[in-house]
Amino acid sequence: MPLPEIMLAVLWVGLTAYVLFGGADFGGGIWDLLAGGAKSGHQQRELIEHSIGPVWEANHVWLIFVIVLTWTGLPSVFAAVASTLYIPLTLAALGIIGRGAAFAFRKVSTELWQRRLFGATFAFSSVVTPFFLGTVAGAIASGRVPLGIARGDLVGSWLNPTSVTAGALAVGVAAYLACVYLTRDAQRAGAADLVAAFRRRALVCGVVVGVLSAAGLIVLRADTPGLYTQLTSGRALPLLLLSVVAGLASLALMWWRAYVAVRLTAALAVTGLLWGWGVGQYPAPLPGVSLDEAAATDAVLAAGLGSLAVGALLLLPSLWWLYATFQRDREK
Amino acid sequence: MCHGAAMAVQVLDGVGGADLGAARMQMALSLGWHIVLACFGVGLPAITLIAEWRGHRGGDSHYRLLARRWAKAMGVLFAVGAVSGTILSFEMGLLWPGMMGVYGEVIGLPFALEGIAFFIEAIFVGIYLYAWDRLPPRAHLLAGVPIVLAGVASAFFVVSANAWMQRPTGFQVKDGRVVSVDPWAAMFNPATPPMTTHMILAAFMVTGFGVASVYAVAMLRGRRDRYHRLGLLLPLTVAAIITPVQIGVGDWAAHAVADQQPVKLAAMEGVFRTGRGVPLHLGGIAIGGEIRYALEIPYGLSLLAHWDPNAVIHGLEEVPPGDRPPVNVVHWAFQIMVACGFALLALAAWLAWEWRRRRDLPRSPWFLRGAAASGVAAVLALEAGWIVTEVGRQPWIVFRVLRTSQAVNPAPGLVYGFVLVTAVYLLLTVATVYVLRRLARDVPVPVAPQERDISGYKVV
Repeated sequence: MPLPEIMLAVLWVGLTAYVLFGGADFGGGIWDLLAGGAKSGHQQRELIEHSIGPVWEANHVWLIFVIVLTWTGLPSVFAAVASTLYIPLTLAALGIIGRGAAFAFRKVSTELWQRRLFGATFAFSSVVTPFFLGTVAGAIASGRVPLGIARGDLVGSWLNPTSVTAGALAVGVAAYLACVYLTRDAQRAGAADLVAAFRRRALVCGVVVGVLSAAGLIVLRADTPGLYTQLTSGRALPLLLLSVVAGLASLALMWWRAYVAVRLTAALAVTGLLWGWGVGQYPAPLPGVSLDEAAATDAVLAAGLGSLAVGALLLLPSLWWLYATFQRDREK
Repeated sequence: MCHGAAMAVQVLDGVGGADLGAARMQMALSLGWHIVLACFGVGLPAITLIAEWRGHRGGDSHYRLLARRWAKAMGVLFAVGAVSGTILSFEMGLLWPGMMGVYGEVIGLPFALEGIAFFIEAIFVGIYLYAWDRLPPRAHLLAGVPIVLAGVASAFFVVSANAWMQRPTGFQVKDGRVVSVDPWAAMFNPATPPMTTHMILAAFMVTGFGVASVYAVAMLRGRRDRYHRLGLLLPLTVAAIITPVQIGVGDWAAHAVADQQPVKLAAMEGVFRTGRGVPLHLGGIAIGGEIRYALEIPYGLSLLAHWDPNAVIHGLEEVPPGDRPPVNVVHWAFQIMVACGFALLALAAWLAWEWRRRRDLPRSPWFLRGAAASGVAAVLALEAGWIVTEVGRQPWIVFRVLRTSQAVNPAPGLVYGFVLVTAVYLLLTVATVYVLRRLARDVPVPVAPQERDISGYKVV
């Protein structure tokens, strides 16, 4: 496989990891928002804080990974996307500040008004950030970002049917993944009522995201016919089918209370969507621009990919240790 | 001043002034903010680990209490540093697409490596902070080591990318497109060794003096117990050892600037005309093409910059006015950095002297006052040094290759983005200071002498 294709695949792996892990952390914030009053929602908020506390910073690095790899591997695409979409990206960046900082602040605050203030900031930012990042994805998917510096419509590029649907879908996916993961976390913590609560939410949320995805296809058909064709009858069809089957299986597994297995199928459903988009859009990252034209020189790609390969040898065991430490049942 | 520079550039290139000024100010604000957090990200894990290690070796529970206290602050600072660092990677594209679209690949390698290092840092920060009571003490201590190594590595990679902007090497451009790149040569450009060393040492100084100043304030308020004494002494010792080294490294960095960016050195020192035996200017204001009201030390600059009283110093006159950085900003920033550095050196020498004589802190309250101010001085030196580096590079974003005005995002309305970002950073600053002050005020749980361990002290 030529280097640009490998780089693109690695980029997409990073994006997938960000959505599956970092996305779920935002989802935790969404459920924090919907947990109810300070007293009635206390238990849920504690579980959410406990689950995402040790891992959110590591999960967040996937976003930095995606950004850096884009400007290294596809510099002109990065410049075009960042300059045309600077409004949603600035808003997402501010959301990232609000989410991370407020989460850390709330953790060390004791007084109720502070916990409420920081908690509200954390939760609100957790909703808006994936939305704006989703609109950016929609802008790229619908071909509204032309090559060049700030050549696209500064507003219309991300406020359009595909972008808004993608933004809503991003919020939905984040919330869905979070409650799927939280159900198992609650089970491990031995909180039966929380298990029931998050199971119910996962079922409802799963249906909502499924409907949203179907609606998204209809929007794509009208707004982004090229990608729609690829997804429904082109080479991205198998991935779309994977997503649908895994999504339905997730609903069934959640219904049957298979809380570990459903993590896998839920992740697969989301992965199918992301890779369906990627495969459907390949090989043009921007309209009329081929991957080869946009890709960095081979020397850069080789050095970058080589470094990542060596880095992975350090990273994967470390990540394994992190998740294993906090997913293991506490020794008494 | 910044506006003045923007105007001058506008005359030359015909690119918008207000939005360019806003973009530069936004970058300056978010980078100047993050750099303080980044310093604590590099330095705080190290001194926390030293405290934890001493606590376990000597069995002194005060050290372990300090380690837990610092770890709690580390949790807050690391989170805020992680998000404020992310914003910078966004802004590289949002504000400077003209640079990233062409040269993004040239500096991609150090950023990819920094990504790996930051990943390792984040993973082990999670383990270190949250698994304190799940891991045996030795394993916990070892889990902290990768944080320190990765933090130092991160600083190296990021600053090497900045060094490339000062001394761009390792690429060829043809028709506005990069045609060949040697990413390793770009990363290890001649400015990288002095700049990265200077920055990493600065991180330890900012952390050491910064943490020490918190305990100096407490001691001035009468809390003179062992816990507070150690809280002052440990970080202050680390910073005091590094300060003289840093001044030597600073000299090395200045020599590198003299060789690689003579126009920046000229702005730092307020030298307009090229000549031999150039004096050193202390203070002074640049007005109408000359430096006025400065204290002159004859031959001083030639001697300092090249170890030769008759060495040639290139003045600002060698480049057209449109290619000069704003002299007063750079000159004063440089003076402030050097003054803070020597003040901190004096404090370090005082501590060393008394420690040699009496194995104790100096008794004078002025020492504690100095230590209390040292954190502010270290941050001031840090910011001033960064201003020298960045403003001294203007009007270029990539020195002598690409102008800042050509790199900026031409989309309208960057001013509004700047206003919004400023408002958010104001709130972030207030909240961060508030939370840290609360953390500092929490009275530590008292530990009885018969208590073998302090694991009951719930921190996270």
